[in-house]
Amino acid sequence: MIKRKLEELFFKTLMVLATIVVTGSFFLIVGTIFSKGIPYMNLDMITKTPGGGFYIGKEGGVLNAIIGSLYIAGGATILGLIISIPVAIYINMYIDGKRFTSNIIRLAFDVLFGIPSIVYGAFGFLIMVYFGIRASLLGGIIAVTLLVIPILVRTLDEVIRTVPRELRDATLSLGATRWETAKVVLRQIRPGIFTAILLSFGRGIGDVASVLFTAGFSDNMPTSLHEPAATLPLAIFFQLGSPVEEVQGRAYASALILTIVVLIITVLSELLIKKFSKHKI
Amino acid sequence: MTTSPHISVQNLNVHIENQHILKDISINIPNKKVTSIIGPSGCGKTTLLKSFNRLLDDIPNVKIDGKVLVDGENIYDPSVEVTHIRKKMGLLSQRPYPLPMSIYDNVAYGPRIHGIRKKNELDELVELQLKATGLWNEVKDRLNASATRLSIGQQQRLCLARGLAVGPEIILGDESTSALDPVSTNIIEDLFINLKQKYTIVLVTHILRQARRVSDYIIFVYMGRIIEFGPTEDVLLNPKEELTKEYVKGFIS
Repeated sequence: MIKRKLEELFFKTLMVLATIVVTGSFFLIVGTIFSKGIPYMNLDMITKTPGGGFYIGKEGGVLNAIIGSLYIAGGATILGLIISIPVAIYINMYIDGKRFTSNIIRLAFDVLFGIPSIVYGAFGFLIMVYFGIRASLLGGIIAVTLLVIPILVRTLDEVIRTVPRELRDATLSLGATRWETAKVVLRQIRPGIFTAILLSFGRGIGDVASVLFTAGFSDNMPTSLHEPAATLPLAIFFQLGSPVEEVQGRAYASALILTIVVLIITVLSELLIKKFSKHKI
Repeated sequence: MTTSPHISVQNLNVHIENQHILKDISINIPNKKVTSIIGPSGCGKTTLLKSFNRLLDDIPNVKIDGKVLVDGENIYDPSVEVTHIRKKMGLLSQRPYPLPMSIYDNVAYGPRIHGIRKKNELDELVELQLKATGLWNEVKDRLNASATRLSIGQQQRLCLARGLAVGPEIILGDESTSALDPVSTNIIEDLFINLKQKYTIVLVTHILRQARRVSDYIIFVYMGRIIEFGPTEDVLLNPKEELTKEYVKGFIS
C-alpha cells in the first residue's frame, strides 16, 4: 500500500515540476522581453519608420517592419489557404477510397513540414531568380507561402478527419455531389480553419530564415509587391547585432511588438472560433 | 410474394479490405412495406443497407460484384448517375447528424442542391416535411435556430424530414433509434409505420421488439449471408432455419 502511495506522490511531483518549468519559462521569456523592451518602447516605435540615424540610436521606429511582417504573414496565409484547402479536401473526399495514394500525399506533406525554413528561403530564392523577381515583398510572400502550406494542409487534414463519416453520408444520401458535400464539411470545420490560419500566421510572422534572402530589407514602408520589405524578426536580428545600447534595447522593444501582434491575432481568432462554432455538432 | 419488389438484389458480393463481407446476396425488397434486416453485430446488415444507395463506393478498398436493381435499373451500372440513385433514398443513421446550419436550412438543403430556389416553394416544403415528422409545432417559432439546439430525438426527426424533402421513394434506416430514449424511439417507430403508405422502408435493427412492431418482412443475416426471409411473424415466431431459431430464441420464450 505504502509503495503505491509513494509512486502516486512521485509521479504527481514530477508532473507538477514539469508544468512549473514550462509555464515558468513562458513567464520568464515574456518577462525578459517586457523588462528589456519597455524602457525603449515609445509611440515612435510603432508609428514611424527608421530615421536617418536610427541604427546609431537616433529617432525613428519599426513601423515599416510591422507592416512588412503583417503583409508577408497575411499574404502567405491567404495564398497558402487558397492552395491548401483544395489539397485537404481532395485527399480526404475524392481519393479517400484509394488509401495508398492519399497516404503518399500525406507523407509528402509530413516531410515538407519537417524541412527547415532556410530551405524554403533558398528554394523561394531560386524561384525568384528563375522568374527574375528581386528580393521583395512578393518574394517574401512566396517563400513564406511555401513554408506555411504544409502546416495548413496538415492542420486542415487533421480537422477534416474529425468530421464524422455519417455527416458526409448524410449529404451524399440526399443526392449531393462530393463538392456539395465538401462545402458542408468546410462549414463544419470553420473553427478548425481558424486554428490553421492562426498557426500559419504565427509561423509566418516569426520566421527569419525564409525571408532573409527573399524579402530583403528596407527602411521604407512597403508600398509595392516588387519593393524590398522589412520584417520584424529581421529588424530584431539587425538591431540586436548593433553595439549601440539604444539600438539593442529597441530590438527588445521590437520583440515586444511582435509578441503583442501574435497575442492580438490569437485572441481575435479565439473569438472568431467561438462565433463560428454555433452550428457545430 | 403479393407485391412487386422495389429493390431487387441479385448475387451481390461485397469485399472490404479483402474480407468477404456480403456473400452471394439475392433478395427482393417489397414495395411500400417495411422490411427489417436483423442479425448479430458485424454480420453485414449495415453494409447490405448501404449497398442500396451506393454509400459503399467511398469506403477504402471496397469491391462490389452483382446487381442491385431499383425500379428495374441496376444502380451499379457505370452509366448510372449516383446522385440520382441517392436522391431516391433517404438515409437515417444511427445517431442524428444535423448539418451545421439552421433547422430551416437543414430541411431546405436537399431541395436547394436539386435546384429549388424559390423562397415560397422552399417554405412550403420545409413546413410540409416538418409536419410529416411531427416536428412543426415544436420548432415553427425557431426555424432559424441552430439544428444542434434540438434534443437528440428531435434531431433524428429533423434528419428524417431532411431526407423526405428531396422526395425519395425509399427510406433506409440504420439502427435509427439506437441513440434515442424510449419516447423518441416510439415516435420514430410510429413515423415509420405511417410512412410506409408512401415509401418503401428498409430498416437495420437489433431490437427484435422493434422489428416485430414496425416491419412487414424480416431478413435475417448471419456472417454475410441471408439465412431467412419472410413475413415478420413467420421469421420471429416460427423460424424455419436453425440459426434463426437460435437468434430469436430469447424473443419467443
